Amino acid sequence: MIQVEGLSKRFGDFTAVNAISFSVKKGEIFGFLGANGAGKTTAMRMLTGLSRPSDGNATVAGYDVYTQTEAIKRRIGYMSQKFSLYEDLTVRENIALFGGVYGMKRRRIKEKMDELLGQLQLMDKRNHLVGSLPLGWKQKLAFSVSLFHEPEIVFLDEPTGGVDPITRRQFWEMIYEAAHRGITVFVTTHYMDEAEYCDKVSIMVAGKIAAMDSPQQLKQQFEVDSMDDVFVNLARG
Amino acid sequence: MKPVEIQHISKSYSQLRALSDISLAIEPGELFGLIGPDGAGKTSLFRILTTLLIPDGGEAKVMGLDVVKDYKMIRRKIGYMPGRFSLYQDLTVEENLQFFATIFGTTVRENYDLIEGIYAQIEPFKKRRAGQLSGGMKQKLALSCALIHKPEVLFLDEPTTGVDAVSRKEFWEMLQRLKEKGISILVSTPYMDEASLCDRIALIQAGTILSVDSPNGIVEQFDKPLYAIRTTDTYQLILDLREWQLTHSIFPFGEYAHLITTHQVPVEEIKTYLIQKGHEQVVIRQQKASIEDCFMDLMPAVA
Amino acid sequence: MKVFWAFIKKEFFHILRDRRTLFILIGMPIVQILIFGYAVTNEFKGANIAVYDQAQDESSLDFIHQLQASGHFQLLQSPGEIEAAFQSAAIKMAVVIPANFGQHLYPGQSTQLQLLTDGTDPNTAVTLTQYAGLIIQQFQHQGRAERQAPPILVENKMVYNPALKSVYLFVPGVMALILMLVSAMMTSLTIAREKELGTMELLLVSPLPPFLIIAGKVIPYIILSLLNALLILGVGVYVFGVPLIGSFWLLIGVCMLFIVLALALGILISTKAETQQAAMLVSLMGLMMPTILLSGFLFPIESMPLLLQWISKIIPAKYFILLLKDIMLKGSGWYYIWTESLVLFGMAFFLLMASWKNFKIRLT
Repeated sequence: MIQVEGLSKRFGDFTAVNAISFSVKKGEIFGFLGANGAGKTTAMRMLTGLSRPSDGNATVAGYDVYTQTEAIKRRIGYMSQKFSLYEDLTVRENIALFGGVYGMKRRRIKEKMDELLGQLQLMDKRNHLVGSLPLGWKQKLAFSVSLFHEPEIVFLDEPTGGVDPITRRQFWEMIYEAAHRGITVFVTTHYMDEAEYCDKVSIMVAGKIAAMDSPQQLKQQFEVDSMDDVFVNLARG
Repeated sequence: MKPVEIQHISKSYSQLRALSDISLAIEPGELFGLIGPDGAGKTSLFRILTTLLIPDGGEAKVMGLDVVKDYKMIRRKIGYMPGRFSLYQDLTVEENLQFFATIFGTTVRENYDLIEGIYAQIEPFKKRRAGQLSGGMKQKLALSCALIHKPEVLFLDEPTTGVDAVSRKEFWEMLQRLKEKGISILVSTPYMDEASLCDRIALIQAGTILSVDSPNGIVEQFDKPLYAIRTTDTYQLILDLREWQLTHSIFPFGEYAHLITTHQVPVEEIKTYLIQKGHEQVVIRQQKASIEDCFMDLMPAVA
Repeated sequence: MKVFWAFIKKEFFHILRDRRTLFILIGMPIVQILIFGYAVTNEFKGANIAVYDQAQDESSLDFIHQLQASGHFQLLQSPGEIEAAFQSAAIKMAVVIPANFGQHLYPGQSTQLQLLTDGTDPNTAVTLTQYAGLIIQQFQHQGRAERQAPPILVENKMVYNPALKSVYLFVPGVMALILMLVSAMMTSLTIAREKELGTMELLLVSPLPPFLIIAGKVIPYIILSLLNALLILGVGVYVFGVPLIGSFWLLIGVCMLFIVLALALGILISTKAETQQAAMLVSLMGLMMPTILLSGFLFPIESMPLLLQWISKIIPAKYFILLLKDIMLKGSGWYYIWTESLVLFGMAFFLLMASWKNFKIRLT
């Protein structure tokens, strides 16, 4: 689904992403970890077609990130902590808007919308402004909206920041469910325990990938019990 | 005299009930944690205690002084580190520290011993603009600025949010050392794992306190049987256990899932049920609840 | 195509649901059209003139009568001192009728009239002179029909600004504008910025009395504004040749007064605004626009409808510009400017008290 080889991004003298390589299979949950400033967001931008790489190759859903960014954008879903939905539009309006943006037909939008609202138990709140919803519901709705047009891959940028522990887990159950349906999930997070939910994890340090494997393998490799300790060991060099 | 005493405090913002009937007290020299997610009311409570907001109901005292009437005196005795480390981005590290020392009527030198351990780590960068520091360094600078006038009580609002895991650990080590100097510290954090580093904690969610005790105390109070289970397919595991009639709650916890049953169940019985459902490599062990387990169990029902 | 429509629809939702944007997009244009429509007028009504009638005969009285009847002028009982009347801005024009006016209105003779016009406001001066000229012509016409009177020679003299240089008017106007900009808007922005960044919380929680917080923020802007004022004055006087007839120190004093007033306004705005954007918006709409349109800077106040004239009475820039003109161009001393100064002083005092009261020692 995603193939990356020697991908780099430079801003003048500064190398934000330094020749990273990895691949993600269909239906996999891939966790992209690292401290703030390690290069995670830059790397994600290159894969979602928002930023042009300085070097290296990458394909997403089979499309080249240099020449076929429009095709990529049509096939992916995206959600970030900083922005997900328009606060001054209602739940329905948001869903319809994003559905429309991805070229879904009116009737399909309507069908799926009722289904989505039922699943999230938001049916009676469908005409409420998104800004009036509690944070946890917003996050879950935003995730559903990012999947609404049935993309093959979904990119999630720190999706669970700040929510209560139960909502966080409900969110990850939604991710599991999506992966089970065959959607590939590319997620960044700084909650180390969430790294454990992923099939494969890569940890970025200063623009390079310092470690990449399944969580279990990594823990064995560093002889520790938790991903937290893996990270601390890596960061302390 | 207790450094902080809160009695039946409530606060609302137009439609939103931020705090409902909060009562709490902190002992001298204690490292007290206020644990809860975004929107729980932590920042509102902090602002009331640091005299920046007036509560709708109830009373609060800091160092025996009333937060509404005696705010001027309180402001001289407390140190405050608000969320987002409010620093002057375009002033250097040095200039920030000097500024805060000056407005509190002291000099950097006077109380340097207090912040030495912290400041030493950012001193090499003292001529750098605060806006260009990393998260961990901003944290240390903000803490130094809050301590520079030797406060009696320290209020830290989410000091570890948005900071990498290594800096977070270092920060808590610094707090432990400060505690030894006799400063009472009230910290808020959304990270449950940091709760165990405090002397006592209050779990807060949606404006109400769920429980107050030492971390151990809270765990001891947890009276339900908890099992950590791992199989090859975590997702299916959760779906299957959700259907089981003996399940009280089931949640993913990383590699394992935490199952709370309605009553004590022999491990073998759980294993049998799971194998029946087709799970392989089933590993089950009964264990003590973590703070997070307790929090989730105490939370009122979420949608 | 459908996507495109979806975006348009979304944008409309955003606009309609944000009351502030709505006000600017719909409210502001309406207000501006009304103000411009009414304020910008070449008509001139009700200017005060004085007549120094040295003849006091039938013809002169007839002439004066016609001046009044035109509806453009009001008559004052000629104060003995025309100079004083100009100084105190009681009149904008003086008509001097020579002693032999009536006698010389017969064939074979010639007669004169002198028009003295206040040139500090060139636009007004020109218009007034034109109107007066028209009436004189009419009078002449009538005279010719009746008794073949000779033409009346009109001597026009502009007082205070003989060349009618509009720069004389613009310098005070620009001064008012710049001081408003630097003192009011910048001050409001800097306080709003601290609120936005969260550093205001820290300042409030410190033992610093709020008064010191404000003073600390404001003093650099006072210095900056003063420097600006001196700069504008310097350029006006040395580059454009604007005269500085009155006392320099009086001028500086008046500038300081206005600066303090503008600062108080800036602080008041910042106590209400939560974000820099809001502060900027209020400053621009609430301060700049009225200063430009209703202070007499560009359009004469006297020709505005009564409502706008009343509004202009509360615009500080109006008084400031008057004071500047009086001191610089007319050389007015304390005696003549004390009323306007008092008004400014009162406004400044009131605003300082209001911002003091409103400065929140807490966050709500």
